[in-house]
Amino acid sequence: MSARIHDVAVIGVGPAGLAAATVTASLGLSTIAFDESPSPGGAIYRALTTTPVRRPEVLGPDYWRGGNLVRAFQAAGAEYLPATSVWAVARRDDGAFDVGVTGGRPAARVAETFAARALVIATGTLERPFPVPGWTLPGVVTAGGVQALLKSAALVPEGRVVFAGAGPLLWQVAWQCLNARARIDLVLETIPRGRLAEAMRHAPGFMFSGYLARGLELVRAVRRRTRVVEHVEALEAQGEGRVERVRYALDGTWHEVAADALVLSHGVVPNLHLAAALGCEIAWNPTQASFEPVVDAWGGTTIGNVFVAGDGAGVAGVEAAIARGRLAALAAANALGRIDAARRDADAESPRRAVTHGLRGRAFLDALYRPADAFRRPDGDTLACRCEEVTAREVRAAVRAGATDADALKVATRCGMGPCQGRFCALTACEIVAHERGVSPADVGHPRVRFPVRPVTLAEGASWSATPAAERTEERDPR
Amino acid sequence: MYARLPDTPRDVVAVTIDGEPFDARAGDTVAAALLASGRLATRTTPISGAPRGPFCMMGVCFDCLVTVDDVPNQQACLVTVVPGTRIRTQHGNVALAPSPGVEG
Repeated sequence: MSARIHDVAVIGVGPAGLAAATVTASLGLSTIAFDESPSPGGAIYRALTTTPVRRPEVLGPDYWRGGNLVRAFQAAGAEYLPATSVWAVARRDDGAFDVGVTGGRPAARVAETFAARALVIATGTLERPFPVPGWTLPGVVTAGGVQALLKSAALVPEGRVVFAGAGPLLWQVAWQCLNARARIDLVLETIPRGRLAEAMRHAPGFMFSGYLARGLELVRAVRRRTRVVEHVEALEAQGEGRVERVRYALDGTWHEVAADALVLSHGVVPNLHLAAALGCEIAWNPTQASFEPVVDAWGGTTIGNVFVAGDGAGVAGVEAAIARGRLAALAAANALGRIDAARRDADAESPRRAVTHGLRGRAFLDALYRPADAFRRPDGDTLACRCEEVTAREVRAAVRAGATDADALKVATRCGMGPCQGRFCALTACEIVAHERGVSPADVGHPRVRFPVRPVTLAEGASWSATPAAERTEERDPR
Repeated sequence: MYARLPDTPRDVVAVTIDGEPFDARAGDTVAAALLASGRLATRTTPISGAPRGPFCMMGVCFDCLVTVDDVPNQQACLVTVVPGTRIRTQHGNVALAPSPGVEG
């Protein structure tokens, strides 16, 4: 076959993917980058090149700093396919990987297969599930969702707006909305009483991190402009056909406020479906209460030439994500014989320091913002699985009836079998199973993930071929 | 409801939502256009018929599934509007549309 095989395929062009593709392309490796968004930047730098939000103070300096990263990527010469989803990956006989992608307008979807000798998976994070009664009501949205609407469409929630949860993202989005002169009536913070004291043993690292000054500034700015209730123990959205009221419990007493929007955030967790479906080993991270692919110091997974870079390999923040993108790129370049180990190690010194710097203070944030048990292990009528509408009670009953792991649970209840393929319920399901069995989620394990990692039509599926669409690749990029 | 920031001029993109004309803005996703039009609920579920609307806005929750240009079950947060985009909210299980042309 004369099929063209790319050296490196980068999946996701947030901070880690942008950095990785920039390094591999600059080293002369033919690089192709796929991303589901229409413009580069990932969630954190979403719509950076296209945002209609012109006043720079609305999104803040940390957002605009991403411009350097995007410009370097655009200049480096990687082939870039925006608005394109990866739905399948398979190892070929020659050791390279076939990567099945789909993109294009809904009525003219095009499915194609590309090939690459190494993969850098930089799929970032998704919002941690926040299973409370009423969390599926229209008008209840994630903080990341509100941020995406602001960045890409200059839309902000209006009416009576309630934010609830804990963590840096919640405060950052509240701050950005207030900068945009949006209204926020109330912030309900869910950090349990006594948690700050527990987290203080990690304070020394935090004191010398970039998070402290910046984080305090955001929190103070939000507190000046809106009411904050701390130590909220339970939360509920209510309404007919949409959220109309938010109820919250404080010291055992329920309170109620009228609301037109409820914005939820308990932080983010690795988006690991692609790595999991490929067969990379997945492990439980007890500090972050989430699953993540097992990686070495370069982002190398348990599968040769497959790297996971950035927060998709464990949440460490944007500075570390950029650096981990560079490290994965250097390791891939070495694995493909483009640079020797001495060059790889020399070039890795600067990003290694950046990882260390970026991780400083992370232990404090992880300890402080780990959601309280009741928010991770719901009970009663709360939906654990949004797609298949499986309640926490049904999940618990299935575990007691013998479904003692997440895969058995799927069969027994359909929890995880809907279109999101478990992205928004796998963590909750594992936590509930572990709770019922009295073991750690590490002992339960992440449910099996299979290709296709996103729904495709039969026609798209039928386009999957063992050999890549070489001719089409050459049409696109006549190098 | 959602409001557009005042100081963000952008070209109008004429689309239809459930047959009614709506002026979206260039760069809007279908989800953004639906929310800007005042619709928080954009489908009902096939299981209980409960109303749902856009939730994560980043392609992972699949709660914003709508019919776009007669193709059902499209993730509204991942499709950008173009002039003439036909958006329909979905109710329960939707019939399979004729398969879109696929190359490959």
